[in-house]
Amino acid sequence: MSWETVIGLEVHVQVNTNTKAFCGCSTSFGAEPNTQTCPVCLGMPGQLPVLNMEVARKTALTGLAINATINLESKFDRKNYFYPDLPKGYQISQFSIPIVEHGYLDIPVADGEKRIGVTRIHIEEDAGKSMHEGLEGVSHIDLNRSGVPLMEIVSEPDMRSADEAVAYLKQLHQLVRFLDVSGADMEKGQFRCDANVSVRRPGEPFGTRAELKNLNSFRFIKQAIEYEVARQIELIEDGGSVVQETRLYDSTKGESRSMRGKEEAHDYRYFPDPDLPPLRISQQEVDGIKAGMPELPGQLRARFESEFGLSSYDADVLSQTRELAGWYEALVAAHPADPKRCANWMANELLGRLKEQGSDIVDSPVSPQQLAGLLDRIADNTISGKIAKDVLDAMMQGEGDADTVIEARGLKQVTDTGSIDAIILQVMAANPEHVEGFRSGKDKLFGFFVGQVMKASKGQASPGLVNERLKELLKG
Amino acid sequence: MPFSTLSDLKARLDAGETTAVELAKLYLARIDAYNGELNAFVDVDHQHILDQAKASDAHRAKHGARELEGLPIAIKDIFCTQDGPTTCCSNILKGFHAPYDAHVITRLKNAGAVLLGKTNMDEFAMGSSTETSAFGPCRNPWDTARIPGGSSGGSASAVAGGLAPAALGTDTGGSIRQPAAVCGITGLKPTYGRVSRRGIIAFASSLDQAGPMTRTVKDTAMISAVLCGHDSGDSTSVVDAPAVDWLKACEGRDMKGLKIGKPKEYFVDGMDAAVRKSVEDALAKCVELGAEIVDISLPHTKYAVAAYYVIAPSEASANLSRYDGVRFGHRCENPDDLLDMYTRSRDEGFGDEVKRRILTGTFALSSGYYDAYYLKAQQVRTLIRQDFLDAFDKVDIIATPTSPIPAFKIGEKADDPITMYLSDIFTIALNLAGLPGMSQPCGFVGGLPVGLQWIAPAWREDVLLAAGSAYEAATDWTTKAPASFGGAA
Repeated sequence: MSWETVIGLEVHVQVNTNTKAFCGCSTSFGAEPNTQTCPVCLGMPGQLPVLNMEVARKTALTGLAINATINLESKFDRKNYFYPDLPKGYQISQFSIPIVEHGYLDIPVADGEKRIGVTRIHIEEDAGKSMHEGLEGVSHIDLNRSGVPLMEIVSEPDMRSADEAVAYLKQLHQLVRFLDVSGADMEKGQFRCDANVSVRRPGEPFGTRAELKNLNSFRFIKQAIEYEVARQIELIEDGGSVVQETRLYDSTKGESRSMRGKEEAHDYRYFPDPDLPPLRISQQEVDGIKAGMPELPGQLRARFESEFGLSSYDADVLSQTRELAGWYEALVAAHPADPKRCANWMANELLGRLKEQGSDIVDSPVSPQQLAGLLDRIADNTISGKIAKDVLDAMMQGEGDADTVIEARGLKQVTDTGSIDAIILQVMAANPEHVEGFRSGKDKLFGFFVGQVMKASKGQASPGLVNERLKELLKG
Repeated sequence: MPFSTLSDLKARLDAGETTAVELAKLYLARIDAYNGELNAFVDVDHQHILDQAKASDAHRAKHGARELEGLPIAIKDIFCTQDGPTTCCSNILKGFHAPYDAHVITRLKNAGAVLLGKTNMDEFAMGSSTETSAFGPCRNPWDTARIPGGSSGGSASAVAGGLAPAALGTDTGGSIRQPAAVCGITGLKPTYGRVSRRGIIAFASSLDQAGPMTRTVKDTAMISAVLCGHDSGDSTSVVDAPAVDWLKACEGRDMKGLKIGKPKEYFVDGMDAAVRKSVEDALAKCVELGAEIVDISLPHTKYAVAAYYVIAPSEASANLSRYDGVRFGHRCENPDDLLDMYTRSRDEGFGDEVKRRILTGTFALSSGYYDAYYLKAQQVRTLIRQDFLDAFDKVDIIATPTSPIPAFKIGEKADDPITMYLSDIFTIALNLAGLPGMSQPCGFVGGLPVGLQWIAPAWREDVLLAAGSAYEAATDWTTKAPASFGGAA
């Protein structure tokens, strides 16, 4: 009998506010240790938290984007545990009433879409960082991250494979970036995932779950879940049973080990934080946030297909990020005649070149207006598409806009029939046996002549005209 | 002079009859002479106090006087001050220097007050006798074998003994009012949310509130006018709290038409009969002044102490987690590992009463017990609040004894925490309800002061001050001072 995998995910997303959740310290990454701290985020005696409302707004925006309920009144609770990088000995979180509940995310699966429930999104503060590596007999603590705002996004146990889990995470990752609520840079720990994994026989109740921690890339998440599923199935099939525990995935070894069992699970002694009144957000404010919501990837994709006639592939590529979509729309605005040509050139040529450079659309040396200038020259037959690729290369090297490059390199397409006829006749004269062959029915030789003529014209001959004139002259 | 009211000192300063420096020297001399006996102050920096006084005189000369210009005010050691140590009278914070002033300290400084050292208190404000202080017990100037109440016992002792004309205290379950009562002075706990808690070391965040401890009602008003007001740095500080005209509220000289509620639960068997008589005499005086006494009931009073001793320790157990030996305060020598560092640092740093409350609170919040203790206590709290709301439908103000007994002997109850907890029996309920309360002297029992407690609806401190001022004007209790400290008893 087969096994069914059941996965629920908890994702910690760093909210990209300029200042921390409960004090005015900067949240910027990479500063010298303990330079972005103040008495509040150091947990000094008598210091009190004051909520950064921007965190609430961004969390509400995320909730609206997953069709969730926004609780107009939510509460902050203290989650108590001792750790040296947790200055107050408790973390401010939302336990009993989170700001966001009951949402969902539709993820792409093999046969269409699947709806994954999102139980809740709550606001909490991050802890600092403990550093042990390379230190002998001591640990160092950096509290720059202490108090940085997080959204914890908790899914229902709705995923049935590692691939679905990854699809959900990618969808969520794209969403929070689109909404501009998080940088979601996984290497900087701005998007961290814990997975609850269990297996069962189809139709049976949920099995005992293990919580996997420390999953910090899409690849490791897939590996870790697959490893865990295999481990659990093997355990059960060998007559054992899964125990509820927290496991840590070691990506270098490709295996997980038990971190703590159920007995050692923390009792966090949650209780309402008496320093913070209930978080109230008005319906009016929620409506305002909703009105300011940017177009989401799915909506953009659909619009690109219907409005601009793009293939679903191009529409998908160009709606991956807000920046890509914005760039594309600027390109179309500057070259409105042919949105599909815009999409082809941006998706294939420009993004391909940027990828080779290890660069991103936001750092593109060519602006949408400049690329439109190049497309204009293709449209008016000044250059061929092939030449245009060379021009784009030159533009990427900073040689100026399309017209400057075309002028400087003398790339203007040859469009007068006389010059083209002269080249064709030369080529025919140099290859009499092929002329003979073509005329005796070897149609395939036509391509040979096109190639030779283009080559002789250094690519500048208009391909359309070359075709037309060749047909005429080869007839004899 | 050492027993002058703050208002008198202000008048003399304004009239040019004395200076801030002269006052500072006067009280410093009193502290030098008597603190050895009372142990009311735990830190006094003479030079720094004189420097503040000089600066105040200079400010007066150049720019005129601010609200509290040149007036010396003693500060409970729970308020963080940039100058000098702030320890909450705990070994775990010995040597701690806060890099900031509490918000109310800033307010006092901006009003020109001279901060007159730090006063003794129960460790982390947990106690009713100032015996749990890491600096040793403080004494009551009316009888130095007795406690000055607590937890703001040092502040009460200092004012009653003429070592300071006024002091700041904090009140979580009676810590301003009970010491004020047993030391024969006046103490006000404002409505929760009226005074910023920022920079005041937290005991129980939903209950803590700072307030003045003075010789007279008007003096509490003078200080309250400076202390109170919204602070954007404290989320529980109320933005649009109804304003009070503090000084005007003290002009009342009669009680015509005032309905005073007398709750039967606060006049019970087992309380000191003489204390009860003093308070009933005070109510008779109120009737002479035109008040009407209305018998009322606050039926859930009997659950207040139990609810308090769940809620306050629960909050404290989390509030005190930051004293972990990692960043500041005491750390044990040569810990074996992290757990050893935590357990030994905290074991060495905290006293028994603090440990008892951390344990109680940790237990009450534990999984499986939360509903039975913390949640139940919060439900009781709602009922107690409702009791008061119902009562204030019928009366304008409530009068009760502040403490069921006068000051007891040092050591008498130290080994019996439950009996000790009962000394707060009359003060705790209003903290749970967030209401303002005031204690003022209303007599003596065997040479020991007795306190009358007033309770008003939320934000109606003016009602407390008006009633208190009228009673004060009709009696002479505030003119008494302990003879052995140079006063006229």
